Amino acid sequence: MDRILDPVAALGRLVIGLLRGTGAIALFAAEAISHLVRPPFYGRLFLKAFIEIAWFSLPVVALTAVFTGMVLALQSYTGFARFNAEGAVANVVVLSITRELGPVLAGLMVAGRIGAAFAAEIGTMRVTDQIDALSTLSTNPMKYLVAPRLLAGTLALPLLVIVADTLGVMGGWLIGTQQLGFGSGAYLKATFDFLQVADVVSGLIKAAVFGFIITLMGCWSGYRSGGGAQGVGRATTSAVVASSILILAVDYVLTAVLFSR
Amino acid sequence: MISTRQGTMSTPKIRLAGLRKSFGSKVVLDGVDLEIRPGHSMVILGGSGSGKSVTLKCILGLIPPDEGLIEIDGRDVATLSRREREEVNDRIGMLFQNGALFDSLPVWENVCFKLLAQGRISRRAARDKAAEVLAQVGLAASVGDLSPSELSGGMQKRVGLARAIAAEPDIIFFDEPTTGLDPIMGAVIDGLIVDVVKRLGATAVSITHDMASARRIGDDAAMIHKGRIIWRGEARSLGDTGNAMVDQFARGEREGPIQMELRK
Repeated sequence: MDRILDPVAALGRLVIGLLRGTGAIALFAAEAISHLVRPPFYGRLFLKAFIEIAWFSLPVVALTAVFTGMVLALQSYTGFARFNAEGAVANVVVLSITRELGPVLAGLMVAGRIGAAFAAEIGTMRVTDQIDALSTLSTNPMKYLVAPRLLAGTLALPLLVIVADTLGVMGGWLIGTQQLGFGSGAYLKATFDFLQVADVVSGLIKAAVFGFIITLMGCWSGYRSGGGAQGVGRATTSAVVASSILILAVDYVLTAVLFSR
Repeated sequence: MISTRQGTMSTPKIRLAGLRKSFGSKVVLDGVDLEIRPGHSMVILGGSGSGKSVTLKCILGLIPPDEGLIEIDGRDVATLSRREREEVNDRIGMLFQNGALFDSLPVWENVCFKLLAQGRISRRAARDKAAEVLAQVGLAASVGDLSPSELSGGMQKRVGLARAIAAEPDIIFFDEPTTGLDPIMGAVIDGLIVDVVKRLGATAVSITHDMASARRIGDDAAMIHKGRIIWRGEARSLGDTGNAMVDQFARGEREGPIQMELRK
């Protein structure tokens, strides 16, 4: 009988663990958000985190966007040529970049950079007693470490995605005009004629949510880390893995919600 | 009755009664009872894993106890509102074992962190205040511009001490203040601790297993073993207390009532 029930018990443990973890992260996020509306506010720390996310992620996000736009133009041209629909390349590039690839790829890149960095920094502070030290110095660690980073991530990602959208479209334009034989004016006209405000706005909404997820998982993993250097390493890995998976899963949910008819 | 900065001479500055804390099945504190008199320096001794650090963290509010009473100036801290607890913590300074200095901030900002966080001082004035407090722990003002990673272990301890006393607390905790230091630097740190505690008229609680340090900085001493206080008395009597466990610990003897759990 036990043998029959073992898999059921294991499944139960998994589900309970998952629910417990989700609840703990939700409470962590709620506490951090509550600190955003209660003084004191750490503007200097917000600015530092914002520059770290928005400015220093710019090169990696820009390169990713340019090459994605270029590849997208090449691939869609190859595919559409089979149906004599090459003219739709500009439309496909701009739609794919603004709605999906801009926010998702920028999110994944920033998850690798910022999620890991925040988890490592806060995790090291945890294992070296710096977080306890904050508490003894009349400073709430959630307010000081987590809240400014969450706000910075939520506001910085949409800005990065605006850059990614622009450069992604320009990457497609570059290949379209230099390699695929489109006229520059015609390519841009096709791009902007087809583009709707909702396409860009939906991408920016996704970006804000992804920014929140990345910084939340980075801070959460670091805050809860323990066990010395190995623990910090685990926190860093779990921050990147969890935020990447969540970005992809939440992207589906947001797409279903934003574009449901 | 003589009034002190907080409370009265008859009220213990800190009182612990029946303090219990377990992590999973591991019982760390098993009914700790302890009173610490105002203006006195108490040293809590004990081996690794005996519950010293957890006791300290419970008093500081960093770990909630499972059971028991913690009173500071006669007030049960469990009944305090969040704001009242913060006010109590505002009067506490803490020197962490490894310094726990903030890597991302220069030394001067570490030293004046609490004053800046409470808005009691401007950033410009904080630099001068940091230089003043650093001088009290024997460091030059120029150290204020360094990063904590540029400091030696002894200097980090002294900066940690400067940070603990900058806001002039009336209770100061010292977690293993001499661990990892050479004997001379250990004596220097002990001397600084005695000086600053006297100058501030503060109540000090130190946890250590360094006997020389315990005798230098303590007025009173207590020994914790397996989560309970098994002895308390004068720090100067350590090594000759009449308690076989304490004397074995103080003399560092292998044979005695305290048996190390070693796998053979």
